[in-house]
Amino acid sequence: MGQGIYLDNAATTPIHRDVAEAVMECMLYDFGNPSSLHGMGLKAEKKLKEARERIASALGVDSEGLFFTSGGTEANNLAIIGTAMARRREGKHCITTQIEHPSVLNTFKYLEKEGWKVTYLPVNSAGVVSPDDVRRAMRPDTVLVSIMHVNNEIGSIQPIQEIGRLLKAEGSSALFHVDAVQSFGKLDIKPLQWGIDLLSISGHKIHAPKGIGALYIRKGVKIHPLLWGGGQEKGVRSGTENMPGIVGFGEAVRWLEEGTDRSYLYRLKGILVAELTQRIPWAVINGPLPEEGAPHILSVSFPGIRGEVMLHALEEKGVYVGTGSACSSRRGHMSHVLEAIGVKKDVAQGAIRISLSYLNTEDEMRQAAQIIEQCAKELEGFVRR
Amino acid sequence: MERVALLRYGEIHLKGLNRPYFERALYNNLIKALKPYEGVTVRKAEGRYYVENIGDDPRVFDSIAKVFGIISFSPALKVEKDINAIQKAAAALVRETMEAKAPSQGETFTFKVESRRSDKSFYLNSMELSRRVGGYLLRNIPNLKVDVHNPRITVNIEVREHAYVYCRIIPGAGGMPVGTNGKAVLLLSGGIDSPVAGWMIAKRGVELAAVHYHSFPYTSERSKEKVIDLCRILSQYCGEIKLHVVPFTRIQQELYQKCPHNMLTILMRRFMMKIAEVVAHKEDAKALVTGESLGQVASQTMESLCATNDAVSMPVFRPLIGMDKIEIMDLAKRIGTYETSILPYEDCCTIFVPKHPTTRPKLEKVREAEKLVEGDKLIEEAVANIEVLNIKR
Repeated sequence: MGQGIYLDNAATTPIHRDVAEAVMECMLYDFGNPSSLHGMGLKAEKKLKEARERIASALGVDSEGLFFTSGGTEANNLAIIGTAMARRREGKHCITTQIEHPSVLNTFKYLEKEGWKVTYLPVNSAGVVSPDDVRRAMRPDTVLVSIMHVNNEIGSIQPIQEIGRLLKAEGSSALFHVDAVQSFGKLDIKPLQWGIDLLSISGHKIHAPKGIGALYIRKGVKIHPLLWGGGQEKGVRSGTENMPGIVGFGEAVRWLEEGTDRSYLYRLKGILVAELTQRIPWAVINGPLPEEGAPHILSVSFPGIRGEVMLHALEEKGVYVGTGSACSSRRGHMSHVLEAIGVKKDVAQGAIRISLSYLNTEDEMRQAAQIIEQCAKELEGFVRR
Repeated sequence: MERVALLRYGEIHLKGLNRPYFERALYNNLIKALKPYEGVTVRKAEGRYYVENIGDDPRVFDSIAKVFGIISFSPALKVEKDINAIQKAAAALVRETMEAKAPSQGETFTFKVESRRSDKSFYLNSMELSRRVGGYLLRNIPNLKVDVHNPRITVNIEVREHAYVYCRIIPGAGGMPVGTNGKAVLLLSGGIDSPVAGWMIAKRGVELAAVHYHSFPYTSERSKEKVIDLCRILSQYCGEIKLHVVPFTRIQQELYQKCPHNMLTILMRRFMMKIAEVVAHKEDAKALVTGESLGQVASQTMESLCATNDAVSMPVFRPLIGMDKIEIMDLAKRIGTYETSILPYEDCCTIFVPKHPTTRPKLEKVREAEKLVEGDKLIEEAVANIEVLNIKR
């Protein structure tokens, strides 16, 4: 990459060159509006269809059920508020977890203010919710269960398949929404087989540009739109389609499907964890065991050294990591995810998040571990006593 | 009919023979402040400044309100010295004022007309002029009533080389033109207080340079960006600011490793003052400015201030010394630095904070503790690596 070692891929990923070229072509030449009647419009419409099919096929769903949004946040908002509004006469209870992304948590907080009841399920020390807890929280008036697939701070994987099966077995009419922004492209997701009604994905976590995402809506499920306008995306999401984003998203998915090996990320993570634990025995890994969590996210603490300080020290040496989620790192308080899994305050404050992509190399893992060791040693002397 | 602004300046009248010097500074500052607006010109006449060719951009008035030395100003209409033109301008302005004050129709407004005729060759005296304009307004605008004692709208007419009509007198920033009272170095942390302190001193005509202490990796590039943003806001009032970013990590680490921890903050502040003094000498500045307020935190008790003050020989201005936090916050909101100041990035004052800082440091003990590090060498090294940024509005 030539710009140091980028290990903050859960925040955003570098755009793949093929994707950037496809986007550029779309912007410079195929810039038509898919709604236009002339040939330029038709060409755009074809590209739109192509991208939709490509992404839908990666999820194993019908392209009719895929609706483009401005990103993961909008997809989550659309799924949650759209369901709540559409089903408000059937019930006003929803279930989610304590470790969701802010775009889910804050949307539910908004619904609570508007009169809905929301159950926030706890997770165990590995950051995993129990399907039994989901069952126990179910009420006759539950209209929505929203659970993320992979947690963005610690990489814990939720038992989505089991929860989907359970909801069916219970005969509940509640819809099942899954925020798959972090897992899409890295783990298997089977909406049809797993009983998922709504599923959010985002482009910029998989080497496509920012500003594009999508919500999968199972056939037959009706939700209310958030935006009103020209009726694009079958009225679910009005607004002229973000064609460069959509084309880029499609191209990124094509590359992921054709050019990547899913086990590669686990191999990288394995090397990183082995190097880190050997070099810095006092480092603490937060959340799931590395091999049980997502292949690309590792939360590790250096107790006594604030995560932000470590982050800046690493940045000076060309290694880019995150602290918690990018969305919350600027606020002073403790991460709600680390709090939910029972991490002590000094460990939580010492947490950094290392997140990988297919563009990282094995060599980078070794170099990064060495640099982290160096920084940890330098900063250890100034740990507050 | 042309939109202009009448600017009144105050305190500089008092300066006797220095008056031309102050007026020139004010004129130059006005020109600089209004530079972004194409075509706008500044003219001095008869103890006033006139900003002319304003057009319809309302931001011109915001910029005028930020120039120190202006007591008050009035958006005005400039017309020919002709009774018809004056009457029409007055009516236009009164209608505008009524609309701004009560967009709902039908409300009655009281008004009076006040005229001044410095051009005595004008064929109406001020009484006659007021009467003629008042009569015209009553005839042409519904819902107006004369009240000479307590009017809601006062229409002012001044007949000079042209006629000027205005209804509003807006308070200016006050103070004295920046640059007429020397130069000082502001210790700018990025918090709420220090930008306000800088603003208050600049208001007294002082040109500012700033120092900021940067403790990478303990503080981030974003905290530096925040300080740059604060300088940019301040520069709207006091012109270009030279910001000296001082690398401070090494000093903090040395102090942490070698000195008693309960004195860390006070020692750190002494180093900040010393470095600021070195910068001040380089900048040919004659004083330091800090945002300290008596008793606000452990490092701002009287004993702590004495210990800090002892580090330098230059005068240290502490304009916030007697203000409450709430008052400082209100002022920060008024001058526009508050929203930036509260962005939650670490600054160098909040790290390496001892768990139990001493609130009543004994000066002798502080001086002793300071000897545990090689102060001169550390300061020299920090000063050698200063990054200088020129921040303009």
